[in-house]
Amino acid sequence: MIETAVNNAETGLSTADRHFVYRKVIERVAWTGMVVCVLITVSLLWVILGYVIYRGGAAFSWEFLTTLPQPAGEAGGGIANALIGSGFIVGLATLMAVPISLGAAIFVNEFPSGRLGASVRFLAEVLTGVPSIVVGLFGYALVVQPTGQFSGLSGAVAYAFIMVPIILISTQEALRLVPTDLREASLALGVPKWRTILWVVLPVSSRALLTGVLLAVARALGEAAPMLFTAFGNPFWNLDVRKPMATVPHLIYTYATGPYEDWHNKAWAASFVLVTVVLVTSLLARAALRNKSDD
Amino acid sequence: MKNEPHAMSRSSGRFFSTVLDVLIPPQAGSVRWGDRVFHFLARGTALFVIFLAILLAGDLLRGSWEAIRHFGPRFLIGTTWDPVTGEFGTLPPAVGTLIKSVLSLIIAVPISMGSAIFIAFYIPKSLRAFISYPIELLAGIPSIIFGLWGLFIMVPMIRVLQVWLKANFGWFPLFAGPAVYGVGVLAGGVILAIMITPIITAISRDILLSVPRTQIEAMLALGATKWEAIWKVALPYARTGLIGAVILGLGRSIGETMAVTMVGGNNFDLPTSLFDPVHSMASLIANEFAEATYNLYVSSLIYVGLVLFCITFLISLLAQLLIWRLSKGRIAILE
Amino acid sequence: MTEEKQAIDSRHEDVVPTSGRAMSSPIYEKEPKKAVVKESEETLLVVEGLNVFYGKIKVIHNISVSIQARKVTAIIGPSGCGKSTFIRCLNRMHEVTPGGRVEGKVLLDGEELYGPTVDPVQVRRRIGMVFQKPNPFPTMSVYDNVAAGFKLNGTRDRRVIEEKVEKSLKMAALWEEVKDALHKPGTSLSGGQQQRLCIARALAVEPEVLLMDEPCSALDPIATAKIEELIRELKETVTIVIVTHNMQQAARVSDYTAFFYLGELVEFNVTSKIFTTPEKRQTEDYITGRFG
Repeated sequence: MIETAVNNAETGLSTADRHFVYRKVIERVAWTGMVVCVLITVSLLWVILGYVIYRGGAAFSWEFLTTLPQPAGEAGGGIANALIGSGFIVGLATLMAVPISLGAAIFVNEFPSGRLGASVRFLAEVLTGVPSIVVGLFGYALVVQPTGQFSGLSGAVAYAFIMVPIILISTQEALRLVPTDLREASLALGVPKWRTILWVVLPVSSRALLTGVLLAVARALGEAAPMLFTAFGNPFWNLDVRKPMATVPHLIYTYATGPYEDWHNKAWAASFVLVTVVLVTSLLARAALRNKSDD
Repeated sequence: MKNEPHAMSRSSGRFFSTVLDVLIPPQAGSVRWGDRVFHFLARGTALFVIFLAILLAGDLLRGSWEAIRHFGPRFLIGTTWDPVTGEFGTLPPAVGTLIKSVLSLIIAVPISMGSAIFIAFYIPKSLRAFISYPIELLAGIPSIIFGLWGLFIMVPMIRVLQVWLKANFGWFPLFAGPAVYGVGVLAGGVILAIMITPIITAISRDILLSVPRTQIEAMLALGATKWEAIWKVALPYARTGLIGAVILGLGRSIGETMAVTMVGGNNFDLPTSLFDPVHSMASLIANEFAEATYNLYVSSLIYVGLVLFCITFLISLLAQLLIWRLSKGRIAILE
Repeated sequence: MTEEKQAIDSRHEDVVPTSGRAMSSPIYEKEPKKAVVKESEETLLVVEGLNVFYGKIKVIHNISVSIQARKVTAIIGPSGCGKSTFIRCLNRMHEVTPGGRVEGKVLLDGEELYGPTVDPVQVRRRIGMVFQKPNPFPTMSVYDNVAAGFKLNGTRDRRVIEEKVEKSLKMAALWEEVKDALHKPGTSLSGGQQQRLCIARALAVEPEVLLMDEPCSALDPIATAKIEELIRELKETVTIVIVTHNMQQAARVSDYTAFFYLGELVEFNVTSKIFTTPEKRQTEDYITGRFG
């Protein structure tokens, strides 16, 4: 492709060819740059996961999952209370968030909601950007201040605030994909609208709905910031939502920033558990979606 | 008033249906009460969502009111943060937030854009999902984990880098700070960059994939190389959405808490170099809130939260407008 | 004939050398194109044994055809018969489609376009294309649109570019309509104007062949008529291959016509013969509207 300069009367022929080579070089340089970028982006996951598995796996044990924490710095003990606490608080948050987001998504998609519907959807998109520490302040102001104490409930409220926009958006997208024919067929049979929505539209989109909820759950499970001054953490067993509760991400933070080597190891191990749970949940969520639409 | 036996129930019934009529305008074909109640409930939840947002803003205002009353706008430029004397100002953390976020953008945007362009245009469709998978998984990793990894793995590496930079390029003003901490603006910027790269990449990739093929083909048909077609046609076409993606990443990095708290340094001096440890607004709240003992202290922290909320809200708004304008509404951001 | 000579002379006068002059061999000696008038017809583009695939599916079966220089060759046939796929192989655009694969030979002026050392970028410089739906670049002005392809060869001289833009717009019969609004976005024009803009854009790189893929199918009759007239003018300087589903258009505008059916070349002849005395039964059926 590289031409030698051809001897002819037209000026600039060789200039044009040099330029062509230059253009190919530019493309090659750009391509190389982009490959580097992709390699970096793709390998980031493995670098981080790798360390978590390596350091976390080392400190992990069955005891870790099933026992309570020992007094500070002492070896042994585990994060069982935090595991239960996380599950409990996130579960409670899900119970709070799902009806709200589901209802709102149904309103936006199934009813001629005009500007109100569009605004709600838009607002949800914007709300996904609220910093999690601010959400923690929300939980604090709403529950901790009036009740005068930290509690699992306030943590659940904070998580719910994070989950609502996520579930709303994914649910509405899922509903949007349900073909109109289905609704019209049902209505034409004389089924009232509300029944149509509940017994026809929702079941059809159930897998996608589940995906959205699972992704929101995965997200909430990993959030530490909101717990700092809502659920506040608790070294003991506690299933009373009116009292402080331990959660895994918060525990990781406490242990990681603490002075004890043992705590640092436990932080890694807890991260190992957290990452596993979060990633498995995310994978399940996406798998549910993929099974439904086979393309 | 007629003294009829069921006067009360009739008028209350009428009242009820009037209220119902006002709240839910009867649509054609849905005069049934089942539909109207359902509509009412659905509309109620939608309104509740709006209410939640207003509640959040309201609570932040209420909580910070005392500090607002006490300091007013000079809170935003005050450089002292002293719980002992009760003098609070949020300029250093604000600057810290800004610098770390800007740095993270400087690092993340080229890498994300390069990846997004490559995935959208240079990878065959069958491989696209495979390559994108690790990137999307990375977006799902909790920030505390980034913090942990950052603190124990990345910070020591940054420390080595900083020492080297200071030794060889110490004359450069940005390298003038204390190199030995490891935590600081640079570490914060890098960890934030790692965290926002997946988001910017994923959204940019989707936006680039939505550029009509015929535009790119038109440029190719004129004798352009693939890169020229991308650079001169696809990127300008997608410009608005790409900017939206970057702004979304910016919003994420400004609001990010845990990772930055753990590697950004917790200091109140205005940062003058890349190595200086300094709070970000989020890390300030995270560190001190649980220890805040008196009202003005708590209120000042909530004031910081209010400022943070306003900034991220506006950025989010801007980003969504830009992204929506390009794709007319529908890139589902499943975060 | 004199008009033809003048047209060809003016075409080569201020030619900015295209790098597609010789495309394949490392050491290539060739005389620069001289402005010679050929009295007789010459073959410019030769297709030999073309088989085209999407992945494993074969859509074009063993087509061989010769395109004459500075004539209009029309390709007609029912939808799905491979017309668009075929011409996209002429400027190596088919391989841009995922899964697109080409076997066989295409020769421009004796040079193999699919030769192992040939860069498609240079092929597309010499063979231009106008698409079905007008696709001016929305982020560029009219001026920038026309200059877009031309500037790829590195010209920076403002005056040269301005002259080229004006010349191309004139050739596309659009100059009068846009000369005072060159800075307006390319998409602010009407549909017919946009298509002529795309034609001007393609002409600016001085291709030897212009491929047109149903250029009028998205346009109203008046715009269509303008473009058909344009084609008649253009063929004095550029060889044109036009795909059309409109038989009357083919009859009006072309010198030669090829009839495709299900990926095969059924008949190829001078247009007047195809439309009055077709040789194959299928051709006749199609012409008379019995199918397609």
